[in-house]
Amino acid sequence: MKHEKNRVNRLAYIARRLLRTVLVTVAVVLVSFFLIRLAPGDAATVMAGQSGYADEAFINSLRAEYGLDRPLPVQLWKYVAAVARGDLGMSYERRQPVLDVIVARLPNTLLLDAFALVVAMAGGIVLGALAARRPGSAGDAGVTVLAMLFYAVPQFWLGMMAVLVFSVWLALLPQFGIETMGADHTGLARIADVAQHMILPGMTLALYYMASYARLTRTQMIEVADQEFVKTARAKGIAERQVARRHILRNALTPLITYAGLQASILVGGTVLVENVFSWPGIGTLAYEAVTARDNPLLLGIFIVTAILVSLFNLVTDIAYSIADPRVELGR
Amino acid sequence: MNALVRIEGLNVALPQGGDRTLAVADVNLDIGPSEIVCIVGESGSGKSVTAHAVMGLLPRALKTVSGRILFEGRDLLTQSAEDWRRTRGARIAMVFQDPMAALNPVMAIGRQITEQIRAHRAVGEAAAMNEAAVLVARMGLEPGLLHAYPHQLSGGQRQRVMIAMALSLSPRLLIADEPTTALDVTTQAQILELIRNAQRERQMSVLFITHDFGVVSDLADRVAVMREGRIVESGTTREVLDRPQAGYTRALIAAVPRLSGSPAPLAREKPLLEVAGLSKRYRGSGGFLGLWYSRREHLALDRVSLTLQRGETLGVVGESGSGKSTLARCIIRLADPDAGEVLFDGADLAGMGRRELRAQRRRIQMVFQDPFSSLNPRHTVGEIVTAGPRAHGEGTKISLARAVEMLKLVGLEEAVLSRYPHEFSGGQRQRIGLARALMLKPDVLIADEPVSALDVTVQAQVLELLDKVRRQMNLAMLFITHDMRVAARICHRVMVMRHGQVVEEGPTGALFAAPKSEYTGRLLAAIPGRQRLEA
Amino acid sequence: MKEFLSRLLVRPQTLIGLAVFAAIVVVALGAPLLFPKGPFTIVGMPLLAPGSPGLPAGSDVLGRSMLVGLAYGARVSLLVGISSTCCAVGIGVLLGAVAGYYGGVVDDLLMRFTEFFQIIPAFVLLMVLVAFLQPSLFSTVIGIALITWPQVARVARGEFLVLRSREFVQAAQLLGESDLHIIFRQILPNALPPIVVVGSMMVGSAILTESALAFLGLGDPGLMSWGSMIGASRSAMWVAWWTTVLPGLAIMVTVLALNFIGDGLNEALGPRGRQ
Repeated sequence: MKHEKNRVNRLAYIARRLLRTVLVTVAVVLVSFFLIRLAPGDAATVMAGQSGYADEAFINSLRAEYGLDRPLPVQLWKYVAAVARGDLGMSYERRQPVLDVIVARLPNTLLLDAFALVVAMAGGIVLGALAARRPGSAGDAGVTVLAMLFYAVPQFWLGMMAVLVFSVWLALLPQFGIETMGADHTGLARIADVAQHMILPGMTLALYYMASYARLTRTQMIEVADQEFVKTARAKGIAERQVARRHILRNALTPLITYAGLQASILVGGTVLVENVFSWPGIGTLAYEAVTARDNPLLLGIFIVTAILVSLFNLVTDIAYSIADPRVELGR
Repeated sequence: MNALVRIEGLNVALPQGGDRTLAVADVNLDIGPSEIVCIVGESGSGKSVTAHAVMGLLPRALKTVSGRILFEGRDLLTQSAEDWRRTRGARIAMVFQDPMAALNPVMAIGRQITEQIRAHRAVGEAAAMNEAAVLVARMGLEPGLLHAYPHQLSGGQRQRVMIAMALSLSPRLLIADEPTTALDVTTQAQILELIRNAQRERQMSVLFITHDFGVVSDLADRVAVMREGRIVESGTTREVLDRPQAGYTRALIAAVPRLSGSPAPLAREKPLLEVAGLSKRYRGSGGFLGLWYSRREHLALDRVSLTLQRGETLGVVGESGSGKSTLARCIIRLADPDAGEVLFDGADLAGMGRRELRAQRRRIQMVFQDPFSSLNPRHTVGEIVTAGPRAHGEGTKISLARAVEMLKLVGLEEAVLSRYPHEFSGGQRQRIGLARALMLKPDVLIADEPVSALDVTVQAQVLELLDKVRRQMNLAMLFITHDMRVAARICHRVMVMRHGQVVEEGPTGALFAAPKSEYTGRLLAAIPGRQRLEA
Repeated sequence: MKEFLSRLLVRPQTLIGLAVFAAIVVVALGAPLLFPKGPFTIVGMPLLAPGSPGLPAGSDVLGRSMLVGLAYGARVSLLVGISSTCCAVGIGVLLGAVAGYYGGVVDDLLMRFTEFFQIIPAFVLLMVLVAFLQPSLFSTVIGIALITWPQVARVARGEFLVLRSREFVQAAQLLGESDLHIIFRQILPNALPPIVVVGSMMVGSAILTESALAFLGLGDPGLMSWGSMIGASRSAMWVAWWTTVLPGLAIMVTVLALNFIGDGLNEALGPRGRQ
């Protein structure tokens, strides 16, 4: 009887959240559209400058071609209508559909992110749990200091140091890119090649978040260990290992799910630096190129795709959280 | 008599910087087989620490310095960790005070019970679940509850689950650390009944920790009184209750408020405060920007009416969820009622605009329940007490001068003005809160469970003070409480509430002696220690 | 106050953090006095190793003194870090306090706002803002403030939401205190601890963000920043490790010191304030 009610609630919750995703995406579109349009000097000028023809007539023809001479609300409406159809416009610089450009690069970033997230969570939880086992011990202090160190390191610099040490001095791992240039690997060989290239940027990305997870896990475990129900578990005569696993760890880890969700947006947009240092062909480098080229449609497209991805990821983590913690009422 | 448990010379140390070195000092206590022993004391007496020591569950900061705890012949304090594990839950079991906090929030009830069974016996999950079903049924719960989570149960149900868990392996000793303090009085009576029956059936011993002498008189065979870590007096319940030797014991027994001896009702005159048909409904909200839909509605107040005249104390008595606190808040507009009027000296507070309300509010003030959150921890006592007059334009110097007088009235000296709340005890903080309320010279004082969070001896003092203040300043007082004995002490008239409605109302003495409604009767019957103490 | 200071200064990390931070402030303030010629002056051959005559930290790709660059870089980092955090905290506390205290529509709006900032790629937005406002100190500070204020607002809102239902706030309402008075004199002093902690951590992360922008070439072109020094060293990294390592260490040490201070503040302000 209670189970059915829960299932209906959950479905309704998902429906509501999907609706919210759409609404938020629309908001992102609107705000981004205006933000980008507010920029002094429009795309036509930039494009004209790049192509070498800076005369008025050419700039005006460019404007007409891209619809930049229409009133703003008209431009906005046309754009929103196009997005609804799945058409994110044409990239100014590359003369390709924005969606195609993004889709070509997106998987690379997602791959890197997935690797970094898994490493960060696994490593962070293990370290945090170890530190929490004996708070105040040398091991605990060591983990804490290490975590603080990784918080303070600039990611791009860490990447450069990694390249210096592992690629240049030790010549163990490749320096940049996602695959070895020129080599035409297929199948397993290709996977191995990509994996090799992924290690340095992936670890660089992961280390900061690992520090976060370690600290969070440690704090949570110490707090939970002090809770009354842990005392009850011991009073029942349960083996200490089971107390640690079923009672302490289980309750300490649920907030980490929410935390993973919060990091989603940081991960997708935050790979700019690491991708830049390692020349990893992903969304990060794409965004950087788009900013410098004033390629508005591409930028807008990146914002939209990112917003949708992050929203969906948040939805997944929220549902995961509600499964992990039965106290959460899916009413909002 | 061969004792099941013998505590000999137990000393437990407190961490540095406390107000004393030992949490428990030189405690000797015997618990016989199938005997109920109560340890009674106020907060900080060391009673809970003693109980935890017998289970080996002292927090890391507290260390057993010396002594022995003999159980079934062996000294528990010298046994290995594995021996402890085998003892806990199986030979000695414990029930804690706050059942919400004491149950794992993400584990279903059934699993929490089977977990314990399977930790001590080689039983499969299905078999253990069957046993669990039998156990909870005997506690008066439906077996379907096994699939539920703690937050879906009521406080009373959770405590029954805790007791079911504790009894699951038929321990020789059950330790109960204030198991009913967080519960309503009717629920409390049921839980005590449950424990009594379980004890009789299984012939097990019970070590029961409490601060309430009423509970002691109802339940215990023998009792030990603790104060500041030491046992002040012990003996059979009859001995200690009828012929208390120690002064402290006498003070504790005397401090328990009695149901009889309430003040006589006053002659009827024109009321100062008239509440008519007050209703309030709580809606769970949800959705995007407040739109969407509303969830369950909850009727907190259902057409409540009352009158209050000058110089009178009206008690509002009810269990949690009865609406008594909501009533207080609606009267002073800390919450807005949905319907009804609150006539104060002619004007209707319920419908007033903000400016008018501010002027009227001077004349109704409130004393709050929680001494720890009712004073701003970052303000000095001087700032706190003079806040009201200063907000209405009075100069700081004049306010401070008046504050000194007011503090004297509530029994505090001038030096407290420059100190901070955390330097004071619960009772002292309530006095400060009272002084704050009185500084605006109100006509009506609403006291929302002002003594519920205080020790019983301090309770008596604060009640005295409230009564004195009412007489001296000729106030009308609305006194909210869940404890009928407290209401009996200072209320002329009393009103019983349940589920947002007024059940009955009348002069205190008459109502308690001969209640008209069955609910009031049940409330009165549930008060612990009625027979023994109301002599 | 005395109690707070004693709690703060009891941990060695906090003391180290404070000492290091103080040293960096001194260097930053004293840079124009010590090195009046400025960081862009060429003083020798490019890529000379540290320890070369007159160049304790070596020279960079253009022959400028690394030491002078590091000293001037401290000015930029501290300036950007502190001013952007002050802006963010100012806006965040104000909006968070109002949202937490009044609830309702105001709160909903604020929540949508902060959600929005959580969903869009913040760093990309920052790049867009800085690029389009033209890279400068001003655009950097404003940009960072704009993407970090939601964090502060969320913390402030949380605190105000909890504190507003405390009994001492209800008492203040009953006593006739005005809303403004309650927000600023009753609630805010109690809400400050977590806000202060967040703020101190934000200075560190603002410095990291500024260095990232400078690294990508989106910083103020007229200022020598640690990030721009690292960016400029990319081509020379292999042969002149000091051009990359030293500015990076400078950033790390500064942010670490700030994090130690933030941690110390967290411990000192923590549990007691909740009694």
